Amino acid sequence: MADSVTRTRTDLSSVTQDGVGTSPRRPDGTLKVTGEFAYSSDMWMEDMLWGMTLRSPHPHARIHGIDTTEALKLPGVHAVLTHEDVPGEKLYGLELRDQPVLAFDKVRYKGEAVAVVAADHPETARRALDRITVDYEVLEPVSDGRRAAFDEHCPRVHEEGSLPVHEEYNQKGNLVRYQPVRTGSFADGTPVSRLRAQAGAVVRTEYEVGMQDQAFLGPESGMAVPAEDGGVDLYVATQWLHVDQGQIAPALGLPDEKVRLTLAGVGGAFGAREDLSMQIHACMLALRTGRPVKVVYNREESFVGHVHRHPAKMRFEHGARSDGTLLYATLEIILDGGAYASSTPAVVGVASSLGIGPYEVPNVAVDAYGVYTNNPPCGAMRGFGAVQACFGYESQMDKLAEKLGMHPVELRIKNAMAQGSKIITGQVVDMPLPMAEMLRRARDMPMPPARDELPDPSDLRTLPGGVANTSHGEGVVRGVGYGVGLKNICYSEGFDDYSTARVRMEAIGGEPSVMVHTAAAEVGQGLVTIKGQIARTELGVERVTVHPSDTRVGSAGSSSASRQSYMTGGAVKLACEAVRERVFALARERGLVGAGHSDELLSLTGGKVVSETDGVLASLADLLGSDAVEETREFHHRTTRPLDPLHGQGASHTQFAMCVHRAVVDVDVDLGLVKVVALDAVQDVGKVLHPQQLAGQIQGGATQGLGLALMEEIQVEESVIRNPSFTDYLIPTILDTPPMRIEVLERPDPNAPYGLRGAGEPPTLSSTPAIVAAVRDATGRDLTHAPVRPEDIVGIDV
Amino acid sequence: MSRISLKVDGVRYDDDVDPRTLLVHHLREHLGKVGTVVGCDTTNCGACTVLMGGKSVKSCTVLAAQADGQEIETVEGLAGKDGSLHPVQQAFHDSHALQCGYCTPGMIMAAVDLLAENPEPTDDEVREGLEGNLCRCTGYQNIVRAVQDAAAVMRAEVPAPRDAGTEPMEGTRGTTSPAAEEVAR
Repeated sequence: MADSVTRTRTDLSSVTQDGVGTSPRRPDGTLKVTGEFAYSSDMWMEDMLWGMTLRSPHPHARIHGIDTTEALKLPGVHAVLTHEDVPGEKLYGLELRDQPVLAFDKVRYKGEAVAVVAADHPETARRALDRITVDYEVLEPVSDGRRAAFDEHCPRVHEEGSLPVHEEYNQKGNLVRYQPVRTGSFADGTPVSRLRAQAGAVVRTEYEVGMQDQAFLGPESGMAVPAEDGGVDLYVATQWLHVDQGQIAPALGLPDEKVRLTLAGVGGAFGAREDLSMQIHACMLALRTGRPVKVVYNREESFVGHVHRHPAKMRFEHGARSDGTLLYATLEIILDGGAYASSTPAVVGVASSLGIGPYEVPNVAVDAYGVYTNNPPCGAMRGFGAVQACFGYESQMDKLAEKLGMHPVELRIKNAMAQGSKIITGQVVDMPLPMAEMLRRARDMPMPPARDELPDPSDLRTLPGGVANTSHGEGVVRGVGYGVGLKNICYSEGFDDYSTARVRMEAIGGEPSVMVHTAAAEVGQGLVTIKGQIARTELGVERVTVHPSDTRVGSAGSSSASRQSYMTGGAVKLACEAVRERVFALARERGLVGAGHSDELLSLTGGKVVSETDGVLASLADLLGSDAVEETREFHHRTTRPLDPLHGQGASHTQFAMCVHRAVVDVDVDLGLVKVVALDAVQDVGKVLHPQQLAGQIQGGATQGLGLALMEEIQVEESVIRNPSFTDYLIPTILDTPPMRIEVLERPDPNAPYGLRGAGEPPTLSSTPAIVAAVRDATGRDLTHAPVRPEDIVGIDV
Repeated sequence: MSRISLKVDGVRYDDDVDPRTLLVHHLREHLGKVGTVVGCDTTNCGACTVLMGGKSVKSCTVLAAQADGQEIETVEGLAGKDGSLHPVQQAFHDSHALQCGYCTPGMIMAAVDLLAENPEPTDDEVREGLEGNLCRCTGYQNIVRAVQDAAAVMRAEVPAPRDAGTEPMEGTRGTTSPAAEEVAR
């Protein structure tokens, strides 16, 4: 009611608390510290059944028959389903639909889902799986990525003609995508020998990056509940609700609106929840039995239940002039995508376009291959194709520097990209890229104390091997190394990964309140905090609630590619701006704003409508009364282009981000043990939204890179995973992880909301090569394999 | 089936359990204590850590039958009756010592045990004490900070008896990362 609106000019804006740039506590934090936060594995319904999956014991086999008779006879078993029971489309996939919901005709990797069971107890379900008989004709697996890429006689993992051919990916044989990039004289077909002759230093090396697991702590799980309308409600831990829905609904033969998803508590993701795992299976079982079905993988199953980081085999040659100026580079990158495509095409797109890293090189030839094999499927993991290339190009920079007698930082600065540089696809970096400054800052950060400066150098805890008492300091050598990584932020190559936000403002109990509703997945990164901060800043209201994420609002895109602050942050900002305009209009309707008074001079602050010239015009609570103002907006990033399939040219990326790491290590050169002493970072994030959460992203990302540098590799022999447990697949413990100093730069990107830059992935690129470089510095060893293994350090063949 | 009697978070439960039932499954599936989570099944990750008789154990490695007659404390029993958080819980929340939070129940219980044994740990001692608990999100920096913050609060609340064994080691302090708030611009 207009007459009750106060007009106290002196009562000016109290600044809204907990907005952008501050570090409010995360809204889910209390639930997470009290054990009340409901993870996808914690859901329970009285009449629920347990779903379980029968998986192939062979990496490659023909299926001649599946007999479920004995399983169905077991009391307590309510359904046993095979490919024949898939109601709709029998294939699904993130980018290419090539993966069977349940295997038919063939299995193509060990662990592929063949049948699913619903029973009243997990042990009954497990016994039922034992009673299913599958008649397999075992085939020889395609295990070698290089053979899959180049050997014309290599058997096809997917039979010729069984899948549509994507010309734009240069598909042929087992190639999911082949992406060349040619610049400078390579674009004209000049042979490398001519450039080699002009170089003062040439380094040529073959590198390998092992298959890394995301190793989130909360295994795949969820619950499907059949609905009265013949549809299904799925509560699941995922990274992108709508892309799940878009794959589940066709498989179930249902329209999208009958497959409703709600995000359940997510126990980490890191790319591993981009692809479907139990989603369609649980829905099929729920629809068949008419009862809620819960599926929870155990850790061993989780190792085959999600895709991994592509292992890479890379041949890099770099030539530089005698003064250190890079002259040319040729890169061959083979990424083993395993049995199904998952996001292999996009991973190849990143690895090829960013293969050379953030360096000015006039002549470049990249050949990046993503291949089908019968190995475990690979797809998204934090860093997404850029991690593998980064290990290669940064190792090359160190080798060149050594050959030329330059400091590794000096060589990098000499060839550093900056704003205005072009990457090898021809795309101009039209945003700040203070790489040289970041390198100098990293080099100049304080060094940790030398071993002989420690209060007690004999303290075992300060030594590689720790209290295992492997060394008392003899044979321990210190090394320092640097790493720089360039990562694309948001989806690339013409993909419109928009985000949607619905923002509602109303007065509740006499206080203005805001509700933010998106479908974005909170996977731990803290987006749930950021959404609230943006609403507070934009609407000047402190009481903000974040609605649970579900498919009742439009897509938010994936919680990957470091994109959610940018995209969903951008959508929330946009929806808030629309709400704000409506509020201003309402104030005008009520006669609170003079006719000549421009909106430009109005703002929402401290729960009030404030004029720059006339002070407080109204309290929001009074102005809104019993009305609610609600707006929904989609936010799109700028248009990007596909890479042309011949020369790899095209402005394919939305944004670039960079992190620089300096690692200090102590290496026991006799036993091959490494202790990382310090792992310090400099990162440009454009704008800090939440300092505390940002530090958490940088430290967590760097630690996953530490894992790849020193310990993490899924051992695949003859296409079979040999270490599917945390006993044998090691991830960094608190003792493996050193103190980490962080310097953050804020050089705004004019294209991005608040000028921000995605922050989650860049540290995962740079920490791995920095640590390996430090180990090289300490040992003088070549170290071409990530992770570095003890035998590589000691120099023995095993 | 064996008959067991447990006190969990202050409440007594008498149940028949299969001899092979693990404590964590008993807690989660029979008593509804799903705040204690399962991460690895192989005693590596520590997400399922609870206190048994005041000592931290990984509840995936204890049979329910072994816990007969014991007092079990889970993360769900730590907060006060009025809902006030335990200092370790509060510190994990305040220091952003969690992201996805899946390791948090176990990490908090391990930290509670650690601080009961050593109310004034050095950073190195905190790291040693939590070596058996994996976190995939945070890089552990804020976990060390949270435990130290909680230790300070708890020392202020209860003047702990001090003995030589709990004296901090000289020179091992101050090795945590700079606070997020101190991050250079």
